Amino acid sequence: MAGNEIEIESRDLNLWYGGAQALKDITLTMPEKKVTAIIGPSGCGKSTFIRCINRMNDLIKDCRITGELLFEGRNVYDKGVDAASLRKKIGMVFQKPNPFPMSVYDNIAYGPRLHGLRKREELDEIVEESLKASALWKEIADILDRSALDLSGGQQQRLCIARTLAVKPKVILFDEPCSALDPISTAKIEDLINNLKHDYTIVIVTHNMQQAARVSDYTAFFLLGELVEFGKTKQIFEMPEEKSTEDYITGRFG
Amino acid sequence: MTVVTAIRTLVSPATSDKVAMMMLWISASIAILILLFILGYIVIRGISVVNLSFLLGSPRLSGAEGGILPAIVGTFCLMVVAMLSAVPIGIGAAIYLAEYAPKGAVTGIITFGVECLAGVPSIVIGLFGYAFLVIYLGFGFSILSGGLALMFMVLPWIVRVSEESIKAVPMGLREGSFALGATKWQTVSRAVLPSAVPGIVTGVILGIGKAIGETAVIMFTAGSSLLMPSSLFDPVRALPYHLYILASEGISDTMAYGSSVVLLAMVLLINLAAIAVQKRYGRYHGRK
Repeated sequence: MAGNEIEIESRDLNLWYGGAQALKDITLTMPEKKVTAIIGPSGCGKSTFIRCINRMNDLIKDCRITGELLFEGRNVYDKGVDAASLRKKIGMVFQKPNPFPMSVYDNIAYGPRLHGLRKREELDEIVEESLKASALWKEIADILDRSALDLSGGQQQRLCIARTLAVKPKVILFDEPCSALDPISTAKIEDLINNLKHDYTIVIVTHNMQQAARVSDYTAFFLLGELVEFGKTKQIFEMPEEKSTEDYITGRFG
Repeated sequence: MTVVTAIRTLVSPATSDKVAMMMLWISASIAILILLFILGYIVIRGISVVNLSFLLGSPRLSGAEGGILPAIVGTFCLMVVAMLSAVPIGIGAAIYLAEYAPKGAVTGIITFGVECLAGVPSIVIGLFGYAFLVIYLGFGFSILSGGLALMFMVLPWIVRVSEESIKAVPMGLREGSFALGATKWQTVSRAVLPSAVPGIVTGVILGIGKAIGETAVIMFTAGSSLLMPSSLFDPVRALPYHLYILASEGISDTMAYGSSVVLLAMVLLINLAAIAVQKRYGRYHGRK
């Protein structure tokens, strides 16, 4: 991996929803402070996979996982790993913007307050920092007390990114963050991801191949719950090794 | 050809459209007219006695003269006791049922029990309150007995409404909270409940509205004293029961209608409060 430390690694990861297997023997490494894109047609398990990383699948009943998912050298599914503390280090931005029905300020302060921060000045500082880092500060600095639900869809999604940054994670998972947004908002989010990768390890699930090509350093192609191919984004898009990768990328199915 | 198809061929779609709209309009009008008729009838017959000395005075000659202040205060005290006990228990049970209870036999039994409690006729709850609260626990005819019996009445209502409001909070909101490193309880208390508050508060306030008009439960438990209560263990006569006695014992029809007007006004105020609270707490729920 060209000198990059591995941040997240999955080894023979299998996942079942009840009797149906959704992930089959996924072995994949995601390097530190790079953007890894996961692409593939609907139902290929890409969202399921990314939700394994921060253990969001814990919320789903009848979900069974085998294999290992290593973060900071430790299997996140080991007994003794606390899912809440793990998620503090591995943030997530969802497909549909999901701001809380509170003020913009309280949305961003939500995470820090969970983790015990009470001082107003410190919270003020975090709110400002996070909004600046998510390129929202200029737009909404003077409406911090307004409801987050009054913002546009694109602003809501950047607010959700700011909210994630406020708890100072190491990794940010993006689960199709632009699928509900218009092209201009999408471009803003992509710019943001390009900036954020200097400080954070990023994993992004997308069904938009141009987006994967634009924002990612590495790309993994999933099909029917299996990892078909993984490599540098340039290589995956220009000379894929597998026929099915080429077919998907050139738009022959999906 | 059957009669129906015969009519169908005779009547054009445009005509049947008009007829259907007409019928629906008539139904809606009848519903509103009944309400207006009841309201108008009671207000016209009762409004003449409603004035400040009626609202703030004490009854004389069993209520044939004087005011109804003790009954208003009694109703208010019963409400407070019922709500102070029903709201925490009801919301707690709702949170458990909506967020924690495993979907299984036990949860099914609890939900079924809550529904059954909601279906128990109020006179039966009154009788139980008399046997259990008044006699067995020795609370006597009192605000405490009446308030707790009313709690039995409104509890299932509050549980159901709160449970529905909590379940209606989108899953994405819970996920957003968990993804920031929140525990289950943090998610429930800081993200889910605030989002469910408008629904819960509306449910609670409408529960008060239901309880305020309740007569059968309190005549067995709260007593019928026309004196001003000074402790939780004093008996009181609630407004609806006062009304019942005035009318059924032929004490004074006018005073009964006057009391009705006050009772209606109280229920109306409570409904207005529900709307106001919804607006107030709904301000972060986005502009519609």
